Amino acid sequence: MAKARVLIRPKEGILDPQGKAVERALPALGFEGVGHVRVGRMVELEADDPAQLPALCEKLLANPLIEDFEIESLDGA
Amino acid sequence: MVWGVVQFPGSCDERDALHACELAGGEARLIWHESRDLDGVDAVVVPGGFSYGDYLRAGAIARFSPAMEAVAEFAAGGGPVLGICNGFQVLCEADLLPGALLVNDNLRFVCRQVELVDDGDERLSIPAKHGEGRYWAPDEMLDAIEAGGQVAFRYAPGQNPNGSARDIAGVRNEAGNVLGLMPHPEHAVDAMTGSTDGLRIFEALARVGNPA
Repeated sequence: MAKARVLIRPKEGILDPQGKAVERALPALGFEGVGHVRVGRMVELEADDPAQLPALCEKLLANPLIEDFEIESLDGA
Repeated sequence: MVWGVVQFPGSCDERDALHACELAGGEARLIWHESRDLDGVDAVVVPGGFSYGDYLRAGAIARFSPAMEAVAEFAAGGGPVLGICNGFQVLCEADLLPGALLVNDNLRFVCRQVELVDDGDERLSIPAKHGEGRYWAPDEMLDAIEAGGQVAFRYAPGQNPNGSARDIAGVRNEAGNVLGLMPHPEHAVDAMTGSTDGLRIFEALARVGNPA
C-alpha cells in the first residue's frame, strides 16, 4: 500500500471567492498583511498501485479544466 | 413521446421535472441512477438537486453512475438531453457540455426569479436557486462556443446572479442535442407560481425528441 496525499487547488487566474472571503476576514481578527489566499482541497489515500494516481486525479479527484493537482507520496514520511 | 428523468441519491427536483415533461406532452418516468437501461425513452432530463451530496465537486460523482453512462450513449446517438442546475453540472463534469460551474462569486446561495434571454432574443422569466452556478470556461473556449452558437441562454443585462462568464446561463453541445442551464424551467410551468416560460424549453425539447 502506498500512502499519498493529493492537493487540489483552483487554477491560477480563476476567481476563488472562498479564498477572498478568508482573506477579508483576517484583518478583522488582527492578522494584517496576508494576501493571495487560495482555498483548495486535500485528499489522503492509500493505493495498491500508485501508478494509477495521476489518472485517478484527472478523472475524478480534480477537474483539470478548473483545478491543478499535485500528488505527494507519504511513504517514509 | 416518453421522457426519462434521472434520479440520483440527493436529486430533489425530479418530481417537478416529471410534471413539466408531462405538461409539454407525453409520458414521463424516473430512471434510477443504478439503471443502465433508459428503457427506450425519447428524451432525458437530468434534474436539479445535490447528487451524491455534491461531494468532491457538484456533479463529479454522479457522472460515473450507470445511468449517466447510458445518457452519454444516448446523447452520442443524437438523443435530446436537458440538464437543469445540478444536472447541468453533471453534464459539464461528464464532458457532454463545455465548461464548468464554480461557486457563486458572492459566495451566496441565490434563490430568486431571473430574466433570461435566449439565442432568439426572447426573454424568459425563470427561478434560479444555486450556490455553484458561476459558468466558467477558458477565454478561447468561450470564444468558440459563442462563435459556434452554443450559448443557449444568457442572464438579461444586469441580472447575472453568480458572476457567470459573459452572462452565460445555459449552453448546448456542438451537435445541439444536449442543453444545460442553471435556472429551473421545471419550476416555471404554472401561472400560479408566476411564470410559464419554463414550459417553452420542455416543448422545444419535445420537438427534438419527437420529430413528427
